[in-house]
Amino acid sequence: MKSIIFASRNTKEITRDIMTSLFGIGFPIVLLVLLSAINNSIPKDYGPKLFNIELLAPGITVFGLSFLSLFSSMLISKDRTTSFMLRLFTSPLKPSDFILGYTMPLIPLAIIQSTVCYICALFLGLQFSANLIAAIVVNIPVAIVFIALGLLFGSVLNEKAVGGICGALLTNLSAWFSNIWFDTSMVGGAFKAIADLLPFSHAVNAARAAVAGDFGAIFPDLWWVIGYAVVLTAAAIAVFTIRIKKN
Amino acid sequence: MEAIKTVNLSKKYKTKTAVNNLNLTIHKGELYALLGVNGAGKSTTIKMLSCLTQPTSGDAELMGHSILNETDKVKELINVSPQETAVAAKLSVRENLEFIARIYGSNKKEARDKTDKIIEEFSLGEIEKSKASTLSGGWQRRLSIAMALITEPEVLFLDEPTLGLDVLARRELWNVIEKLKGKMTIILTTHYLEEAESLADRIGIMARGVLCAEGTADELKAKAGNDNFEEAFITLAGEALK
Repeated sequence: MKSIIFASRNTKEITRDIMTSLFGIGFPIVLLVLLSAINNSIPKDYGPKLFNIELLAPGITVFGLSFLSLFSSMLISKDRTTSFMLRLFTSPLKPSDFILGYTMPLIPLAIIQSTVCYICALFLGLQFSANLIAAIVVNIPVAIVFIALGLLFGSVLNEKAVGGICGALLTNLSAWFSNIWFDTSMVGGAFKAIADLLPFSHAVNAARAAVAGDFGAIFPDLWWVIGYAVVLTAAAIAVFTIRIKKN
Repeated sequence: MEAIKTVNLSKKYKTKTAVNNLNLTIHKGELYALLGVNGAGKSTTIKMLSCLTQPTSGDAELMGHSILNETDKVKELINVSPQETAVAAKLSVRENLEFIARIYGSNKKEARDKTDKIIEEFSLGEIEKSKASTLSGGWQRRLSIAMALITEPEVLFLDEPTLGLDVLARRELWNVIEKLKGKMTIILTTHYLEEAESLADRIGIMARGVLCAEGTADELKAKAGNDNFEEAFITLAGEALK
């Protein structure tokens, strides 16, 4: 219950920073439109198949969610430097209330982001079907993975450092190992093995399976994502607890 | 009844001992001022008593609950107005107050009622819809203290509540604090000696992590053999620092 009350405060903090929300929703759309335009200008059968809209759209929705890491890490690292947080540390809020309270307001943002991205993809040639709803649902645990990663980094790093880690490094890593821009099996070897161990390619595979209506193919990959979501959220709570005690 | 009782409370940071075997007793309803030069151990003491940091050794009981073993219970009974203004910048005055009331267990209606009451008591009505970030330093500090009081704590920690405020804003806050006396136990840390002399029932002077003198302002002046409280403080703290 206390986490919901804390979440309502964070919702206000996020929604009152309109530019951040607009960037989070707008940037994936820009990418989707640009890449579709590039793909359309390449003669058929010559361009990469991954840029076909039914593969590109779910990939971009997952890539868009990586920005949630930046949002969540900035939110928590900024709070950590304030006396307001000091006040909350002396309150009955528990570390789990903090982490869940930071996570909850970003889930609706993730749903809006994915929905807007798929609506945009419809105009770019994606076939409308109920599968898109499943794809949006699949993106929820993916969003939790990225939010938890941000909270984990934001619990230990300062505001300046998380900008670099979550804004640049994590976004790039999640892109390279995701199967969005190129098929990791084409690189093979250690690269493919790392990609298979990380959640990003599994997230994209699950989203693509959902869009294709291949529901049987969603879960082997989504289990990886759900596992990462649970472990990373628990890790964020543990690290935040240590930070409070180290205060 | 004792509101706070510390037993050999100590905090060490690597090679530095911030608080050394502090034995302090503060009675229920008392306003106790903790004085000391920078690095005396006041803020560390407040941090330990408010469960922000764990003591290296020793323990303290707040309203009969241990800060080591009953942290959750202690946190429900206390509230803190930190040294720097502690408000949520993007929330309005009313939203800040209702938020704090709710995380301490009030339901929506109770939080609204408590907020109405404290807004009236602190004369915050004209700015209740303003975002905290747009307020002046004085108003922000007033809001920060109101946020500490809305939970009706049994023990209130005021860490340098008037630091950086102009004379008028400081005097206004003194009046606010004066009105709280007797309603709850208040631990006040301050660098303004006249603030402690004017407001506190009893004063403790810390130096190098040790409580070196304690008593009413008059008792401390008598102990130092000086009618001027500032001179008395310099004598008592200076002796401990020799």
